[in-house]
Amino acid sequence: MILTGVMAAILVTMALALVRATLGPTLFDRILALNMFGTKTVLLIAVVCFTIDRTDFLDLALAYALMNFIGVVAVLRLFLHKGFGEPEPDEEGASS
Amino acid sequence: MITDVLSGICLIAGAFFALTGGIGLIRLPDFFTRMHGAALTDTLGAWLILLGLMIAAGFTLVTVKLIMIGLLLALTSPTATHALARSAWEHGRKPWMLPEGEDVPTDG
Amino acid sequence: MSRAVKHSIALFVFLAVAWLLWSGFWDNPLLLSLGAVSCLGVLLLVRRMRLVDAEGVPLKILPKLVVYAPWLIWEVVKANVDVARRILSPRMPISPCLFEVKASQSDDLGRVIYANSITLTPGTISVHVEGDVILVHALTKEAADGVEEAEMDRRVTGLAG
Repeated sequence: MILTGVMAAILVTMALALVRATLGPTLFDRILALNMFGTKTVLLIAVVCFTIDRTDFLDLALAYALMNFIGVVAVLRLFLHKGFGEPEPDEEGASS
Repeated sequence: MITDVLSGICLIAGAFFALTGGIGLIRLPDFFTRMHGAALTDTLGAWLILLGLMIAAGFTLVTVKLIMIGLLLALTSPTATHALARSAWEHGRKPWMLPEGEDVPTDG
Repeated sequence: MSRAVKHSIALFVFLAVAWLLWSGFWDNPLLLSLGAVSCLGVLLLVRRMRLVDAEGVPLKILPKLVVYAPWLIWEVVKANVDVARRILSPRMPISPCLFEVKASQSDDLGRVIYANSITLTPGTISVHVEGDVILVHALTKEAADGVEEAEMDRRVTGLAG
């Protein structure tokens, strides 16, 4: 009963995060909303594990937490450096 | 019985903080202040929900997994938040401030 | 015993305990040996990346965390209640501000712990770190005053030196 309520609250929070991701106005707001959406997904998976009594699904929550973090950092890197693992723009300018 | 009540209290409080963070994400005026709202759901909202589940699970391996998830969230969320704030700052986004000469709004 | 060997053994023990707790297999010889092999593989990879040192395996800090972590959690709880109250109140009494604080820690690890502790506490976010100066964005003047009192700075310095 309480678990259902908590699931509903988490889903509402995810919906609010989606609203912020849609409204923007900047890219950073959208990434922030995405990050929060990911954290809520981890919690939702954990709560769902307990409602359906399949606690071995908790591994999925951990995997999702890792993916969420790496995803956010990857998007930021892609946006800041326009690529993954390339030299910094300054170094490029200095060598050429 | 007592564990049920305790875990229920933790879960409801966690859901409350998560929802408050969501409301903050919508209500707050600019990107930098919105990060504080998101921090709310990432810290106490997540921890209390996980703590409630831990109390419900009792002292088993499931509790250990929940602790690991909590630790991981506590380590990664400030790092991701800082990376986001830093790149926003380096892209020249300036935080919203109270208009000059205006007092902090108070209630009542 | 050299420091590198000590750190490697500590990391291996940590990985093995994590593997055992995570998998829950205690009595299957095949799976246990596979787990040992994967722990060794990770150890070799991390050594190749030259991450096995006092920063990658902070043995000295771990015991002191027992004191610091509960204090930090209590600070986070207090800040959470404050920020939640401000978000939910109809007129939103917030006064965002930016300011710089000096981190008195001597190494990078200490500064990372300090900056992350600031970010973890709702109401304050470390925006930029340059040398030992941290640029902090605070949601309210009160939260900013809390950081400038530098109690967290002192505690992290005691933790990481």
